[in-house]
Amino acid sequence: MNPDPFGPGDGRPEDDGLPGAPARIPAPRESLEDSGRPLPEPEAPPIPALDHDVLKSLLGAWALAACAPDEAAAVELHLGICGPCADEALRLRDAVGLLQPEESLDLDPGLRSRVLAGCLDRRPPRIPVPDWAAPYDAETARLDALLQDIGDGEWHAPVRLKWYDGGSDRPVNRRTTVAGVIAHLLTVDGLVAVALGLEDPLGELTPDEATPWARTETYWKASHFPPTRTVRMPWREQSHALVRTVSFAGGGSGQLSVPYGTFSLPLRDSLIDRAFECWVHAGDIADAVDYPYEPPAPRHLNRMIDLAARMLPSALADRRREGLAAPAKGLVRAGSPGRSLRLEVEGLGGGEWLIALDSPGAVGSAEHEVAHVALDGVEFCRLAAGHVLPEEAAAGQDGDREAIRDVLSAAASLSRM
Amino acid sequence: MAKDAPPRWDRRMQQRLARGEAAALGELYDRFASLVHSLAHRVLDDEEAADRVTREVFAHVWENPESYEPKQGSMRSWIAALAHRQAVQRLRKEGAAALAEGGEGSAEELERKVREASAAARADYIVTSMPAPLRAALELAYFQRRDYRQTAADLGVTEDEARRRLRLGLQLLSSANDQKRNGGSSPWRHGYGRAT
Repeated sequence: MNPDPFGPGDGRPEDDGLPGAPARIPAPRESLEDSGRPLPEPEAPPIPALDHDVLKSLLGAWALAACAPDEAAAVELHLGICGPCADEALRLRDAVGLLQPEESLDLDPGLRSRVLAGCLDRRPPRIPVPDWAAPYDAETARLDALLQDIGDGEWHAPVRLKWYDGGSDRPVNRRTTVAGVIAHLLTVDGLVAVALGLEDPLGELTPDEATPWARTETYWKASHFPPTRTVRMPWREQSHALVRTVSFAGGGSGQLSVPYGTFSLPLRDSLIDRAFECWVHAGDIADAVDYPYEPPAPRHLNRMIDLAARMLPSALADRRREGLAAPAKGLVRAGSPGRSLRLEVEGLGGGEWLIALDSPGAVGSAEHEVAHVALDGVEFCRLAAGHVLPEEAAAGQDGDREAIRDVLSAAASLSRM
Repeated sequence: MAKDAPPRWDRRMQQRLARGEAAALGELYDRFASLVHSLAHRVLDDEEAADRVTREVFAHVWENPESYEPKQGSMRSWIAALAHRQAVQRLRKEGAAALAEGGEGSAEELERKVREASAAARADYIVTSMPAPLRAALELAYFQRRDYRQTAADLGVTEDEARRRLRLGLQLLSSANDQKRNGGSSPWRHGYGRAT
């Protein structure tokens, strides 16, 4: 019955020191149960005799109610005769009361910019972050906070990257995972890193064709295993390094050219573009793991829209060369006003832009306005990200329908993987 | 994420803050904002008040990076101590103001509330800072209600080791209650992994 040879009640003399050792012979039970009197406590398990070190080692488990009943009884018995253990037991039991479930509070994403602005107000920085790098700084921090909150399994949640193929005027998509999206951001941000003389996250893998698409596919294919959450650290370290480096390089470095394979952007625009991509893909991730995700701060959203608006005339010209847009209606000398479309973007971060229709060299002009398009800022960004088709974008339209169609299609063609 | 940044990171961050690098402030926020905010929230139980404490703490660090002393502990522990102090001061001040305006309760009750909130926030910090194996053992035994034998099996360690971890984890945690004995600063200053 009692497998422990040193357990109580086996008649050995050592047991005399255990006053609480139960009797081996149970009391008769039949008559008691019939008598209507209260039943006695169920028989306590025999209390094992454990040596001091073992009892001491059990104090934590005892305080947490995580040992067997007979061990708990042995500990309690011991506490009556051992002062140091009794003191410790009390301390540990009080400590258990301090264990609380972790509060999973999402930090307000807007708090970061408020805290930082407050600091910089009180002590102006000697090395500021250039204002054109601020959206990238904010968007990477926002995405990182989202990544902080998602569970291990969610890193493998499927994500469908969507964009608009300007050549075929069709939406296209590519399947990956949350970790795969971060790998994509890591490799394309890497174009900026390389332009700044930082290490290329692709290392020796760098493909001949340095397009965002080729870099991403190369990175994905280089490993037999899909990316895991370990990709977060290199992505975050690189984004911090980019902000740090452009801060030291100063505002003037904004003119530095960042090659994207088939085109290039000045650094200042490139970081706005990367901020935009970061937001768009953070939205893809948030959808995949069913988290809410807000648009960027209005002043940052405004810069993103502004960049897209400035890129529209050359996107139009590209499409025209490929026969995808209506021919120019007249030659415009570089720097002169030309036929224009007024793009009115509503909502926080919105504004008005005059898009020169006939040549990237022309200047948008209110006097030569032939069409007017009005749409919400986030809707415009969805269009420019290729998440909504040009013909389906919720846009108020007025004027030259051909110009409107061409501009909306050109906006969609700005999108990439 | 790594809980304990290497001391080199701490010193480098201090230098960058001292020379007024705004990008360093952003990185500092990214690393410690949730720590600061959750400590303040544990003490004050109020979102807005925790936001204010967060603003105060980062402003203090940005304006006084030289007051961090790497020899006394990690930057993480320094910032946690600042957050804790700010939050407790605010709780006490707000409570005293409410009492002065004829609010309910007594000064003793306020002091007890402050003491409890303070210990709860310390305990949070200690749990998040303790070595992962100890934390995992406490998590299983307390929140999952596993006994120490099951805990040992879950963690793939001996029963002796499971008992050791539970006891050591609670010993570390119990220092959160030591406010009077050591003036309230010590739990922030030590390498918990070395305690016995």
